[in-house]
Amino acid sequence: MVNAIQELGAKTTRFIEELGRIAVFTWLIVRAVFRPPPRIRPFIDEVFKVGVMSLVIICVSGVAVGAVLGLQGYNTLVRFGATESLGAAVGLVLFRELGPVLTALLFIGRAGSSTTAEIGTMVATEQLDGLRMMAVDPIHYVITPKALAMLFVMPLLSSLFILFGLGGGYLVGAQLMGVDPGSYISSLQNAIVFKDDILSSLIKALTFGCMVGVISTFEGYSSAPTSSGVSRATTASVVVGSVSVLIVDYLLTALMGV
Amino acid sequence: MGECDHIRLEDVSMAFGRREVFTGLNSCFPRGQISVILGGSGSGKSTVLKIIGGLVRPHSGQVWVDEENITQLKERQLYQVRRRIGMMFQGGALLDSLTVFENLAFPVREHTKLGEDEIASRVRRCLEAVGLNDVEDLLPGQLSGGMTKRVALGRALMMEPVILLCDEPFSGLDPISIRRIEQLLMRINEEFSITIVVVSHHIPSTLRMAEQVLLMLPGATVAGSPKELLAHDDDRVRGFLHEDFGGDPDLQVESIEGSHGEKNWSRSW
Ligand SMILES: Nc1ncnc2c1ncn2[C@@H]1O[C@H](COP(=O)(O)OP(=O)(O)O)[C@@H](O)[C@H]1O
Ligand SMILES: [Mg+2]
Repeated sequence: MVNAIQELGAKTTRFIEELGRIAVFTWLIVRAVFRPPPRIRPFIDEVFKVGVMSLVIICVSGVAVGAVLGLQGYNTLVRFGATESLGAAVGLVLFRELGPVLTALLFIGRAGSSTTAEIGTMVATEQLDGLRMMAVDPIHYVITPKALAMLFVMPLLSSLFILFGLGGGYLVGAQLMGVDPGSYISSLQNAIVFKDDILSSLIKALTFGCMVGVISTFEGYSSAPTSSGVSRATTASVVVGSVSVLIVDYLLTALMGV
Repeated sequence: MGECDHIRLEDVSMAFGRREVFTGLNSCFPRGQISVILGGSGSGKSTVLKIIGGLVRPHSGQVWVDEENITQLKERQLYQVRRRIGMMFQGGALLDSLTVFENLAFPVREHTKLGEDEIASRVRRCLEAVGLNDVEDLLPGQLSGGMTKRVALGRALMMEPVILLCDEPFSGLDPISIRRIEQLLMRINEEFSITIVVVSHHIPSTLRMAEQVLLMLPGATVAGSPKELLAHDDDRVRGFLHEDFGGDPDLQVESIEGSHGEKNWSRSW
């Protein structure tokens, strides 16, 4: 019993220490963003890498999720004879929740994990120490472009996911189940409010992008310099990233009150 | 320890977690000379180089580089010191997303405003110096171990450092390359009076080029000129220099040329 409590205490301490380290790390990134020279080439390379890497998976998943929403929404709405509101139902769920959240989770699995593994390997092969010895700050040259690219790409991917989701819902609802295409689109247009839905969707996507950028680079940067260290860091990056996205999603939803 | 010490370690102790690597290490590396650090695997040779470069901070003690106590410097200030240091890592530490050319050009592009032509000619000069050509467009993943080492040495020379730290530049190299790198180190040491610290397992080349040897034994370190160490009264010291301690069996041919008549070269681990 006492042991269990001790262990809990130790775990809590470690957790808080970890949070502190992430905060310091975030501060180092923010400071590096504004320090010359700007790392434009590496940033663009990273945007391509993480963006293109995730493109297919985001589009396919978007269509699939939209299709499921169309089907489930239709089956529910048909009981109330309200199938003409299917566009609104699919759109609201996608914009407010599933778009940003599922995009973030997919993005973590696809781009976050590989970013962590790449940085971890650079640690293990002393490439970051090599940069330090050449008087180049690895946070400035390696970490910041990667984290910024993830922050930049997330809203784009999330928007893409929503777009393809709406398409998937339309395909199933209007083409398969016979909802009137005109009312699908008009109910969608009427239901989506810029400030409540689109803006909060973007805020979520940006927040998640920021979190994924920091967590995946942090885990790689602080990984043990061995192959098992890199593999542990990659797992941690996915687990910590996913769980914190889900928790923060709840907090944001509650905060924005939509 | 006189004014001429370029790098000086005073009572330095180092541990990773609870594991002590060494304690109370005193050592100096004279300005403009070649010093060699010898010692068994895991004795902390690489760690000494990293301490000199400020990459790891010792638990206690002081480290003087160029009249500056680097243990008290902030990371930002360390970058100023490191600009004068070229370091060749044991595993090369080349950026694996950049080609060999870009790897060598990297520090120059970062810190100078030299034009592309000048950079290209400097890259070619450094690659030639380490005996490489036709590798400029390869990625580090496409290089053999020996080539990686030489590219890494080339990169360390790009910024024309006043201190050159080399971690095992000879391991994994063929005898001809060893000879070549050894002569290169002696030449740049002579021409530009660069202070060179080499970690090595290769006894013959050590005896040929070292003006100073630091031998790291478990629990003790011994420093002196090669002659002094060869005549040392501690058996372990003499054993280290005389006996079968050579690493690669394919270096045997080399050892025959050794000026001090080593014998019995065989694999010791
Ligand atoms: N980053 C590190 N974390 C933990 N232990 C380390 C680390 N770097 C080196 N060590 C340990 O320190 C000792 C000396 O390592 P090193 O300086 O690489 O030895 P050498 O270069 O002489 O073979 C080894 O026992 C090694 O396990
Ligand atoms: Mg070593």
